[in-house]
Amino acid sequence: MTTATASATEAKRVEVSDLDIYYGSFHAVKSVTMTIQPNKVTAIIGSSGCGKSTFLRSLNRMHELVEGARVEGSVILDGQDIYAADVDSVMVRRQVGMVFQNPNPFPTMSIGDNVAAGLRLNSRKAKKDELDEIVERSLRGANLWEEVKERLDRPGSSLSGGQQQRLCIARAIAVQPEVLLMDEPCSALDPVATLAIEDLIGDLKNNYTIVIVTHNMQQAARASDFTAFFNLENSGDPGQLVELDRTDTIFSNPENKATEDYVSGRFG
Amino acid sequence: MSTTTDTTAAVSHPRGRQRLGDRIFSGGATAAGITILVLLAGVATFLLIEAWPAITAPAEDIPGGEGLFRFILPLAFATVVSALIGLVVAVPFAIAIALFITHYAPRRLAQSMGYLIDLLAAVPSIVYGLWGVSVLAPASLGVLQWLEGNVGFLPFFEGPVSSTGRTMLVAGVVLAVMILPIITAITREVFLQTPKAHKEAAYALGATRWEMIRMAVLPFGRSAMISGSMLGLGRALGETMAVTIILSASGASIFNLGLISSASNPTIAANIALDFPELSGISVNALIASGLVLFAITLAVNMAARVVINRRREFTGAA
Ligand SMILES: Nc1ncnc2c1ncn2[C@@H]1O[C@H](COP(=O)(O)OP(=O)(O)OP(=O)(O)O)[C@@H](O)[C@H]1O
Ligand SMILES: [Mg+2]
Repeated sequence: MTTATASATEAKRVEVSDLDIYYGSFHAVKSVTMTIQPNKVTAIIGSSGCGKSTFLRSLNRMHELVEGARVEGSVILDGQDIYAADVDSVMVRRQVGMVFQNPNPFPTMSIGDNVAAGLRLNSRKAKKDELDEIVERSLRGANLWEEVKERLDRPGSSLSGGQQQRLCIARAIAVQPEVLLMDEPCSALDPVATLAIEDLIGDLKNNYTIVIVTHNMQQAARASDFTAFFNLENSGDPGQLVELDRTDTIFSNPENKATEDYVSGRFG
Repeated sequence: MSTTTDTTAAVSHPRGRQRLGDRIFSGGATAAGITILVLLAGVATFLLIEAWPAITAPAEDIPGGEGLFRFILPLAFATVVSALIGLVVAVPFAIAIALFITHYAPRRLAQSMGYLIDLLAAVPSIVYGLWGVSVLAPASLGVLQWLEGNVGFLPFFEGPVSSTGRTMLVAGVVLAVMILPIITAITREVFLQTPKAHKEAAYALGATRWEMIRMAVLPFGRSAMISGSMLGLGRALGETMAVTIILSASGASIFNLGLISSASNPTIAANIALDFPELSGISVNALIASGLVLFAITLAVNMAARVVINRRREFTGAA
């Protein structure tokens, strides 16, 4: 699509093993072991409350911002356990970016400043012209440049919902993470804006490893390479990973009965 | 005639269908708004009428004998300077305390600190005045002497240092302690309401806690910081008792820049409190004229705050 995405770079693999996730004494997700492939889109599906968001937020240590929250097990990014004692959660989040369900541009910042926000953080101060270049590249990467190039100094909140979500994606990729996590990024958007984001996800995997949580089966089928199905046995039990496979396999010929029921809509 | 009745009927018709509760509420709110405007206009008119004889009087009749302007200017200057010192000292502390309470302190400690700060607001101002005179003033002497010795070339810090410590600087610091609680309370409330979405956006970019505060909390709390400061400034400008006690020794009408010498002028409010019981005739009118100036300053401060808050409204998401 653009020059930025044409030159693909190799992103990082994430290996999760025996990950248990807790909110205080509540066991939310139980012993997940899975490998997230580099430069691929992995979709996470499953019924509401089965721990998809919780799992996603444990991949960049956002989970621990909740009081009393903790994890057991390991998440290995590029050979390094992000939960190792000597690893700083701030450094983890600089490598693993995140896009949220509701677009959340910083309301006091202009469009341009929103994109540059991560670049202005302490340890990676960039020069002004370098900054402008990265802002443009990130906005192009998020397919938003043409729409906003004339008004970079307008507030981010002056954009439409779909544009705001692409702005948030531009903000996340401006700091060049290895992995991009997206938690239902299209659930607040109309079908056209949703397709725009899905196209964008297809472009982004050239440079990033992408994990996306979605409730939309068609979206998982269209946009992802691998699909992970999470489920709860009974309400109150911790959520579990039931099956992870190529997306076409999950949707055509899953191993597990529960997966088949879920993707065919007979369930949850 | 008939057209008039027609228009009234057309206009009043939708009103007739309004709910009773709505009518009572909007009527009450309008009445309250009008009352405030009437009160404000009333106060201004009273001040203007009472000050008028002093404004028109010949210069030698005014206390000090050099005219109204020369009478009020040093007082107004002292008022603004002491309030500004208070503000400059209080705002950083207040914001730091509010941030500590909302984002750094463990919950228990945060709660008791909150109560403690609220308690500060409940202390009567005369107590602050006494504290300023009997504790802070003597304790400040060393600092004042150091200031004279090291930055004494600045007109603000020109000697000789007051022997009692009852100076403008001390008055400003006492004012700072007095306005600290209100600024802290207002900013703390708003810092707590920072949307989680913005905080998480900052954290997800790899912000440290302080960077998150700079990206999400402070911008969100900006107008609260301004309005809290302005409320504090308003209180400092009008504060009477504490400043009266601390600066009562002087009362000289010389225009004085000194913050650390004993020749500091009292503020407008303190001067009124000091002199009002003893004066009569045109001098009372002169005092009221000074009150009018104080009223104007306070009004200007509040309006300036509005302007600052409104200027970037578009960027707050409230637009
Ligand atoms: N901050 C929290 N504190 C305590 N429990 C939580 C918290 N957030 C989520 N939970 C619990 O953890 C479990 C998993 O929640 P999670 O939000 O991960 O579900 P989800 O799969 O993302 O659901 P949805 O599809 O509705 O977004 C739920 O039982 C939920 O109640
Ligand atoms: Mg969720």
